[in-house]
Amino acid sequence: MSIQIDRNKCIGCRRCADICPGTLFCMKDSRACMRYPEECWGCVSCVKECPVHAISLYLGADIGGMGSRMTVRRTGSLLHWTVARPDSTTETITVDTRDANKY
Amino acid sequence: MKTTTLDTDILILGGGAAGCYAALTLREKAPDANVLILEKADIRRSGCLAAGVNALNAYIVPGKTPDFYVDYAKKDAHGIVREDLLLSMSERLNEVTHRLEQLGLVILKDENGNYVTRGNRNVKINGENIKPLLAQAVRECENVTVMNRVNAVDYIVENGRIAGVFANDVREEKIYFIRCRACICATGGAAGLYRPNNPGFSRHKMWYPPFNTGAGYAMGIRAGAEMTTFEMRFIALRCKDTIAPTGTLAQGVGAKQVNAHGEIYEQKYGLTTSQRVYGTVMENREGRGPCYLRTKGITPEQADSLKKAYLNMAPSQTLKWLENGSSPDEENVEIEGTEPYIVGGHTASGYWVDSDRMTTIDGLFAAGDVAGGSPQKYVTGALAEGEIAAEAAAAYVQRPLGSVSEAYMQQRTEEVQKYFENTGLFTTEQLEEAMQGIMDHYAGGISTDYGFTESGLELADQKIQRLIQLSDSVHVSDMQELTRLFELRERLLVCRVVIAHLADRKETRWHCFAENLDHPQSDDSWLKYVNSRYENGEIHMLHRELVGRHERYEHSN
Ligand SMILES: Cc1cc2nc3c(=O)[nH]c(=O)nc-3n(C[C@H](O)[C@H](O)[C@H](O)COP(=O)(O)OP(=O)(O)OC[C@H]3O[C@@H](n4cnc5c(N)ncnc54)[C@H](O)[C@@H]3O)c2cc1C
Ligand code: SF4
Ligand code: SF4
Repeated sequence: MSIQIDRNKCIGCRRCADICPGTLFCMKDSRACMRYPEECWGCVSCVKECPVHAISLYLGADIGGMGSRMTVRRTGSLLHWTVARPDSTTETITVDTRDANKY
Repeated sequence: MKTTTLDTDILILGGGAAGCYAALTLREKAPDANVLILEKADIRRSGCLAAGVNALNAYIVPGKTPDFYVDYAKKDAHGIVREDLLLSMSERLNEVTHRLEQLGLVILKDENGNYVTRGNRNVKINGENIKPLLAQAVRECENVTVMNRVNAVDYIVENGRIAGVFANDVREEKIYFIRCRACICATGGAAGLYRPNNPGFSRHKMWYPPFNTGAGYAMGIRAGAEMTTFEMRFIALRCKDTIAPTGTLAQGVGAKQVNAHGEIYEQKYGLTTSQRVYGTVMENREGRGPCYLRTKGITPEQADSLKKAYLNMAPSQTLKWLENGSSPDEENVEIEGTEPYIVGGHTASGYWVDSDRMTTIDGLFAAGDVAGGSPQKYVTGALAEGEIAAEAAAAYVQRPLGSVSEAYMQQRTEEVQKYFENTGLFTTEQLEEAMQGIMDHYAGGISTDYGFTESGLELADQKIQRLIQLSDSVHVSDMQELTRLFELRERLLVCRVVIAHLADRKETRWHCFAENLDHPQSDDSWLKYVNSRYENGEIHMLHRELVGRHERYEHSN
């Protein structure tokens, strides 16, 4: 389980480092980096927090990951979750945070 | 190393569900008291609630009573619960739920404005933002200060009374000595004691937060507080690989547990939490695995709703579906048992507390997953306990502040310094791996289908003690590394207590949770609490009679 940081997008705001429940980030050359990739819980707090969507979540190969990445964007009360597969196809699910779970 | 001394009236350790709610309670019950929360992460997204939750699992639905909830929890724990604690918690579940709604939590309502329930005990919510909502409410409390990235390490106890806490900054070279009048421990349970389902790259893809490392337990153990029921480990039945919760499948869409032949096997073994795990273990062992939750056949709309529900709680499960181009209506969801956790909010392990949630250390309270005796707390139960503990702690604000001696401060500072100067061969990571291997192999981990023998436990304890010695000489290079070493050391001590408890209960009351291969039957002469106290490096066991539902329990001896 881990996250990947796109260092070209990162603006060095430290929000990911400040939110991570495991204190797993470090900052190098004013950009975020993952200090302990194997220790990510997959809670996606950093993915939600990053203002420029530089962080994506992926499943390690040991738990069946096949290279897709998940990101999330917020517009108002909506969370748009996008999975980008290695073959460049994407799929987005939008969740309205004002709606309760049906199940 | 910078040393800071601080004073506060009431000190809360851990700003999770219980800790945050204790702070909100103190805003009302002790508005003039200074309250300080120490949180090793950031209270906006820390602890169990970081990714969100699926439902409120503990609620008294219309037509049911708090007694109904107590009965359920007692049955699920096969009788080993503190009914007094369960009852006082259950009586507050609905009030804390309303408060959550006032804080902004979305709760599903019908056309008459009543909460929509799920089964007999749950209400449906959107729990993605439950933690930021609690954190925001805490931030608005004028008398509450939050210190994020500060890790509590040890209590300072004076003549049986809490005097303060020693803590370290997780990022900066700073240590703290904090004096208080009363303290509420709410650091959650312990994950990472046993080798996890996926010990390689995804080793932290576990159900319980890997960052809840049992600090509160270890601090209490070291300080000689009485602990209860550590032998009742919690093993969760979870989605394979992502270790995502299954409640939304089982209770939400009514998915049954089926084996590889499609046979529903859950009735065969019983429906308590431990029996559901045991059934899955047995089906696999007898060659009828893998096991699944049968979601095939639900409607595509239901499948879409499930994908959304997982995004609000365990997004990796939805990622898995989308990545594979699969969907729960087309494919059953494979399940597996996790490694054992120690979690007083699901089972009954934790501090031995009185009816007010005070531990055996005067002025030290415990709430949430760290407090024992009261399983099936879930979020709302943790909040309720935070409230009960805070109300009791509020009565302590008139007490004098504890004191911390110069000698103590110097000793702790030197100890921290020593870790920076150490030249030991082994790293924290290596010792952690060794610990998890020992626990897995000799103390009933996944690889033995959770079973253990007394001879195995003896070996486990010897080996864990050796690791404790080795951990003395681990070298650290910064505060993050120091924190991780402290986490390892607390886990090692918790392991010792788990081993001692597993060895003490000479029966198998709960399959898997405490699968004692030397005593494979349940034996009602063991309808009592197994408790322990740590003194001078030794764990002393004691047994206590069950406490009744309407009793008020006070510590006496
Ligand atoms: C993945 C998951 C899903 C769940 N889903 C549901 C659900 O759908 N419905 C439901 O009702 N319940 C659910 N639960 C259970 C519920 O979340 C917990 O019972 C509840 O959060 C426990 O509260 P707590 O305050 O004891 O622990 P936590 O909320 O985990 O808080 C503990 C806090 O202490 C901090 N801490 C730990 N050690 C230290 C230290 N040394 N110094 C300072 N701070 C420290 C942690 O960072 C954390 O913030 C779920 C639990 C998990 C793990
Ligand atoms: S997903 Fe969670 S645990 Fe992993 S790096 Fe991001 S914030 Fe930290
Ligand atoms: S939150 Fe995003 S932009 Fe900010 S430091 Fe982290 S990765 Fe970079």
